[in-house]
Amino acid sequence: MIDQSYFDALVNRSCERLSANETLLCTLDAESTDFIRLNHAVVRQAGSIDQANIGLQLIAGQTSTNASTSLTGVLADDEARMTLVLETLRGQLTHLGPDPHLLFCTDGLSSEHVAHGAVPASGDALGSIQAAAAGRDLVGVYAAGRKVSGFANSLGQRNWFETSTFNFDWTFYLGDSAVRDSAVRDKAAKNGYAGFDWNETEFLSKVATSNTHLNALARPSIAQPPNEYRTYLAPAAVRELVDLVSWGGFGMHSHQTKQTPLLRMVEADASLAPQVSLREDTRNGAAPNFQEQGFARPDEVVLIEAGRYRDTLVSPRSAKEFNAATNGASADEEPQSLAIDPGSADTKTALERLGTGLYVGNLWYTNFSDRPACRVTGMTRFATFWVEDGELVAPVDVLRFDDSIYNMLGTRLIELDDTAEVILDASSYEHRSNASVRVPGALVDGMRFTL
Amino acid sequence: MRSIIHSSPASAGSELENRLFAALPTDVDFATIRCVDERGEYLEVREGQLQPLSQNFDVGAMVTVWHDGGVGHGATSNLSPDGLGWAVSAAKRWAGVSRATGISVEPPIGIASGSYTSPVEYDWSTLPLGDRIDLLHRQASLLTKETATSDVASSRVASRIVASSAMLARRDVDVVLLASNGARIEQNFRFVYPGLSVTAADGAMTQSRTFGAGAFCGQGGPEVLERHGFGDAAERIRDQAIALLTAPNCPSGTMDVVLAPDQMVLQIHESIGHPLELDRILGDERNYAGTSFVTPEMFGEYNYGSNLLNVTFDPAVAGQLASYGFDDEGTPAQREYLIRDGVLVRGLGGISSQQRSGLPGVANARACNWNRPPIDRMANLNIEPGASSFDELVGSVERGVYLETNTSWSIDDSRNKFQFSCEYGRLIEDGKLTSVIRNPSYRGISATFWRSLKGVGNLESWQAMGTPNCGKGELNQMIGTGHASPACLFGDIDVFGGDTE
Repeated sequence: MIDQSYFDALVNRSCERLSANETLLCTLDAESTDFIRLNHAVVRQAGSIDQANIGLQLIAGQTSTNASTSLTGVLADDEARMTLVLETLRGQLTHLGPDPHLLFCTDGLSSEHVAHGAVPASGDALGSIQAAAAGRDLVGVYAAGRKVSGFANSLGQRNWFETSTFNFDWTFYLGDSAVRDSAVRDKAAKNGYAGFDWNETEFLSKVATSNTHLNALARPSIAQPPNEYRTYLAPAAVRELVDLVSWGGFGMHSHQTKQTPLLRMVEADASLAPQVSLREDTRNGAAPNFQEQGFARPDEVVLIEAGRYRDTLVSPRSAKEFNAATNGASADEEPQSLAIDPGSADTKTALERLGTGLYVGNLWYTNFSDRPACRVTGMTRFATFWVEDGELVAPVDVLRFDDSIYNMLGTRLIELDDTAEVILDASSYEHRSNASVRVPGALVDGMRFTL
Repeated sequence: MRSIIHSSPASAGSELENRLFAALPTDVDFATIRCVDERGEYLEVREGQLQPLSQNFDVGAMVTVWHDGGVGHGATSNLSPDGLGWAVSAAKRWAGVSRATGISVEPPIGIASGSYTSPVEYDWSTLPLGDRIDLLHRQASLLTKETATSDVASSRVASRIVASSAMLARRDVDVVLLASNGARIEQNFRFVYPGLSVTAADGAMTQSRTFGAGAFCGQGGPEVLERHGFGDAAERIRDQAIALLTAPNCPSGTMDVVLAPDQMVLQIHESIGHPLELDRILGDERNYAGTSFVTPEMFGEYNYGSNLLNVTFDPAVAGQLASYGFDDEGTPAQREYLIRDGVLVRGLGGISSQQRSGLPGVANARACNWNRPPIDRMANLNIEPGASSFDELVGSVERGVYLETNTSWSIDDSRNKFQFSCEYGRLIEDGKLTSVIRNPSYRGISATFWRSLKGVGNLESWQAMGTPNCGKGELNQMIGTGHASPACLFGDIDVFGGDTE
């Protein structure tokens, strides 16, 4: 797999081909990944992937254009590709006028972050997983390996972020999905174990938690009618809500063009509950602290403070367009390391504090049912229980909710847990994700379920 | 678009292809190598400003080895002999692991040579880069400017339009699949994705309209733009976005609903396509995309919808987004009925899933790129046209709504309980389209929703469209699917509006 010296050499050779009025920005995304997909606790698909992709932004005066290409790891071949791409980009510049919103870092500091944990050999991880899943219907995916992000420009700035991580995202099912018996199908406990150092004891503790949930799910389920219910949202469910709000919720462009789902906080003085403070927490996240134009990300950006909107994520482009300072956001202006500050409620007493109502382990497939009103719909999924007097009574068949964030995390939010759970993103569209969230559970009075 | 590598993998007899063939291992039961060479271009004019042009060039290959009942994959962007050798070793190693601990799948030993090429009427040289940029600037200008045909007061237009975008993306994807029995399958895809969006605002109220929410895509050259009326849409959706600002909320209640083809795309995709995927029924997706309310015994007898419902898997619709000649397991693709006269007859699963489930399927094992293995995807999943004109559908409704263009979608993990919202609606009163309504939504249950199908439009309203980005799989995969449909009428649907007053 491509290493730092290779990246430097490739960029240096490309920079030698630049004209005096040209600047080149390069971003690298490379990974070496083993993946093991499991169904019914046996391997469904497994393999290894070695991939590298470099993005180039060629700038001449106030004009720029972009391209990316996969890399081979063979210097002569990659140099030839870079040369060809640069020629293509130069040809395009003639069609493009000055870009008034072009902004790139000219005085950035170089940096290096390398963290290789004790990631097990994939065969060993599979052995642990299959041993822990003995007698269980396990489905999920294990993905692990090295991953690097790099930035370099022709001005001499170099940034390197390299980690070795694993992420095992799995579900125990009570019964086979291909049976009609609703008493067992769709009853499942989801969990995840991810990080830098595989610790067998820690993993088995997670498995034990899943087993406990699954045993509770074995009770006969009940179908709760649509209604408003006092509801405890476990951290994974809160994560699903804030993930959706992050879709256009915190970027300067979406705010300036009134497309943010939090528009009422900006235009109509709406607010969330005073317990809710939310930040882009780069310092404690797992994502690189630099972006594709070379700007550094600050340790944190406070987005919502005590329920009030405070700041937006500002890409360099938005900074120029809306006359603001960039805070190192990527072009999509979406959080990479979102954190909700914990509250004061004892996490261990969540069921007791819920009393009678719904315990929701996960939400699923959330979307806006009225975006300007920040009204959200979605489904319960996996471990959802009816609770009476602080005791789990029965699993609940899936329910659809449709409610406003201003209710769920606003007027009807009773309290947040005093601990926040770190959830490392298991997604792998195009490449393994570096994103993470840190969120507490939430107790809500009267969450609206509709179907 | 020109390939970034010296000889395209889709060049028969090229040095690269010879290298790929040479890499195929001979000491295993069976092996394939699938090489993908993709070039893409993305152009966008946002709020009147051309955004940085973006291109991508991506080449790589996946080796798959079947041996002693095990299957393994190795994928690399390094197509040198060393790189391919690494991928072969990885695939062999994983085949060994899966032999001991995995699901046994038979190799595709019957794979035969063939080819497919997207139908292209005009080459992109007829609309060069400068002209493409000019086209987007013109559309972007129409999204924000008053014209003589607009019925919206000119002084109000620019001030209410707060965001606009005109975009054009295209991808050239050349795929060659080589097998250890000597078979060679070459497919050359040319995809086109036009898009428009406009957002109008008044205080804390915003309303957006788009060009079919991305559904008006397809295979071909610049003619795809004309096929979908790209040049005629900007003013219409701009005026509709402004009209929505002052429109009343969609009424709530149980009523008839006429869905436009660009909403039917989503309805088909979520509540027919995904539930019929055999890998979901087999449980592969239970940790991520979900399972299905459909169970194996339903095939051949289950009344999925009313007898007006006829659904085909049709990879041969010229120019539709997910047309192809072969899936990525090398199975020749052909048209099949999945639902005929309302009865479920066949699922969406490739050869591997058919072997595992014992159920009838289709050639739809597809991978999003060289670095992901094939899984069951829905490809072109189409509703066959019926007998009713659009006017007849609307004319049969005493009180209901007509809905266009999806804006929100949510459905449970077994693809049963859904809630969908549309960008734009009209009331239907006494058989006529009347006032505009905003924030229209409806909800239902897949297992019963299609039985309320009361009318299916004829060819007059039938359109071949697609969904550019469908996410599924672990590792995750994003892929395009095709959906064609006429307008359709459903009875007694739970309809409601939004919170924004």
